[in-house]
Amino acid sequence: MKRRFWPEKWRPRKLWSVRITGALVGLVAGGTLAATVWAQQLVADLSSHLIAITTGFTGTEVVLFGTTDGAGDVAIVVTGPRTPVTVRRKERIAGIWINARSVRFEQVPSYYMVATNRPLDQFVSRPVLERHQIGLPNLQLGPREQLAPEQLAQFRSALIRNKQRAGLYGITLGQVSFLGERLFRTNIYFPANVPTGLYNVEALLIRDGDVVSAQTTPLVVSKVGFSAEIYDFARNQPVIYGLAAVIGAIAAGWLAGAAFRRV
Amino acid sequence: MQVYLPIAEMSVNALLVLGMGGLVGFLSGMFGVGGGFLMTPLLIFIGVPPAVAVSTQANQLVAASVSGVLAHWRRGNVDVKLGIVMLLGGMVGTVVGVWIFALLQRIGQIDIAITLAYVFFLGTIGAMMLVESSRALIRRRAPTAKRGKLHRHIWLHGLPLKMRFQRSKLYISALLPAGIGAVGGMLVAIMGIGGGFMLVPAMIYLLNMPTGLVAGTSLFQIIFTTAMATLLQAATNQTVDVMLALLLLVGGVIGAQFGTKAGGKLRGEQARLLLASLVVAVALKLAFDLVAEPNDVFTISTRML
Repeated sequence: MKRRFWPEKWRPRKLWSVRITGALVGLVAGGTLAATVWAQQLVADLSSHLIAITTGFTGTEVVLFGTTDGAGDVAIVVTGPRTPVTVRRKERIAGIWINARSVRFEQVPSYYMVATNRPLDQFVSRPVLERHQIGLPNLQLGPREQLAPEQLAQFRSALIRNKQRAGLYGITLGQVSFLGERLFRTNIYFPANVPTGLYNVEALLIRDGDVVSAQTTPLVVSKVGFSAEIYDFARNQPVIYGLAAVIGAIAAGWLAGAAFRRV
Repeated sequence: MQVYLPIAEMSVNALLVLGMGGLVGFLSGMFGVGGGFLMTPLLIFIGVPPAVAVSTQANQLVAASVSGVLAHWRRGNVDVKLGIVMLLGGMVGTVVGVWIFALLQRIGQIDIAITLAYVFFLGTIGAMMLVESSRALIRRRAPTAKRGKLHRHIWLHGLPLKMRFQRSKLYISALLPAGIGAVGGMLVAIMGIGGGFMLVPAMIYLLNMPTGLVAGTSLFQIIFTTAMATLLQAATNQTVDVMLALLLLVGGVIGAQFGTKAGGKLRGEQARLLLASLVVAVALKLAFDLVAEPNDVFTISTRML
C-alpha cells in the first residue's frame, strides 16, 4: 500500500478500509457488503463473493452490477493478492540461452483486470489514473533493484507480458455496460489457473475527470472439497503425504499387474 | 474433460494426460526404461511447473515399475540378487544427487544444469546405442561376417569383491552393479527420471548381462529409487501432485502391460535401435531448445528458489 497521494478528505476512509479488510478475511462468504461506501453515490455488488476451486474447476465468470446516483463514468479494478515475483532475462552465453539478469518486484498483483464504460483517456486524467492505479501502465509493482529507468521498464513490461500470456492480466479493457443511465454491469472472467487468496474489487464513479465515489468489495478465491484437502494434506503433513503417494502408487501398479495377468 | 491439479494449481485435459501416460507406459514396458526422460519434457510442454513435473513423475514411475516388474517376474526375468546390489548403490547415489541438487539451487542455475544433463546423458548414451545396435543388425544380415568373441576381458572385471550371480550367469565384482546403481540413483534425484535409459545399456554392455533379464532387473531397482525420490520431494519441496500422478499412472500401467508383450516380440537389437533413436531424438530436441532463441527472453517465477 503505497498510496501516499490520497486527498485529505479520503484519509479516514483509507483507515477504515484497512480495518475492514482485515476483519473481512474471516467472514466474507455470505451476504452483501456495502462496506466502504461513504456516500451512496455508487453501490455495487458481485454475483458471488467466493470462487470455489473444485476438482472440475475450469475458470469462472463473476458478474459485477451496481447503480449510480446520476450521470458519470464507472471504472472497475480487480486486484488479486500482491506477492513478490522474480523476472529473469536469458542471455546467450557460449551459444546457450542462460538466465542472467534478474529483477525482483515485491508488490505484484497475482491478478489484475480493469473494466470501464468507455476508453479511459476520454474521461479521466493521468494523475487520477496513477493515484488509483487504474490501468496496467499505472500499476505500482514495487521493484527492489535500483536499475536504469529504461532497463527497469523492460523488465516491467516483460512481467506484464508474461502475466497476460497466463491470462491473469487483462490484455484489453473490459466493458462496463450501462442499462439506462444509472444501472451498470460487467463480467469479470477468472481463468483456471487463477491464484488463491483475497481479491479486491473496486468500483469507482468518475465525474468531471475525478473520482467522486468508490466502493471496495472483497472476493475470495479458494480451493474447496477434494482438491483443498489434498493441498492441505501436502502442506501440513508432507512426509505422511509422500508415504501415502508411494503406497498408493505401489498398490495401483500391483492392481494393474494383477488385472492384466490373463490378458 | 478438464481436471484441476491441486498442487500444480492448474487445470488440464484428463484425456490428454491419460494418453500421454499410456504412450510413455507402452514404451516403458517395451524397453524396460521408466520413460521419465520422455514424460518430464512432455509435462513441462503442457504447462506443468518443472518442479512439480519432476517430482510427480517420480511418483508415477513407482507404479509403472511395479506393474512392469510383475510382468517380468512371472516370466522369471528378474535377477533379485543383482537388483539388490544395484539398489544399495542407488541409495548412496540418491543421497549424493540430492546434495548436488541443493548445491546447484544455491548457485541459481538448476534449470540449465538439468537441461544440460539431459542433453549430455541422452545424447551420449543414445548415440552409443544407435551405433552399436545398427552394427549388430548389419552383422546379422551378413552371415559371412566373423563372430565376435563371447567374452572380452577388460579392466572392469579385475575389480575386487567378486560375487556370483547365478540367475544372470555372471561372476563379477559387486562394485560394478553397485556403481551403475549409484549413477542411476543420482539421475533420479537430479533429473527426476528412473534412469532406465542409462541402466539398461550399462547392464548390457558393462555387465554383459543376458538381455532378457535386463529390463526386469532395472525396473526392480527403479521401484525403490523412485519411491525414495518421491518421499524426499514430498517432504522437502511439497511438489508431488497425486492427482496428476494418478492420471499418469492409470494411463501408464495399462500402456506398460501392452508394451511388455510387444517387447517380447521384438528382437534385442531391434528394440535397442528403436530405443536409441527415441533417446537421440529427445536429446536433439532439448539441445535445439538450449541454442534456439526463446520466444520471450524474459521469464517470471513466483515460487522462491
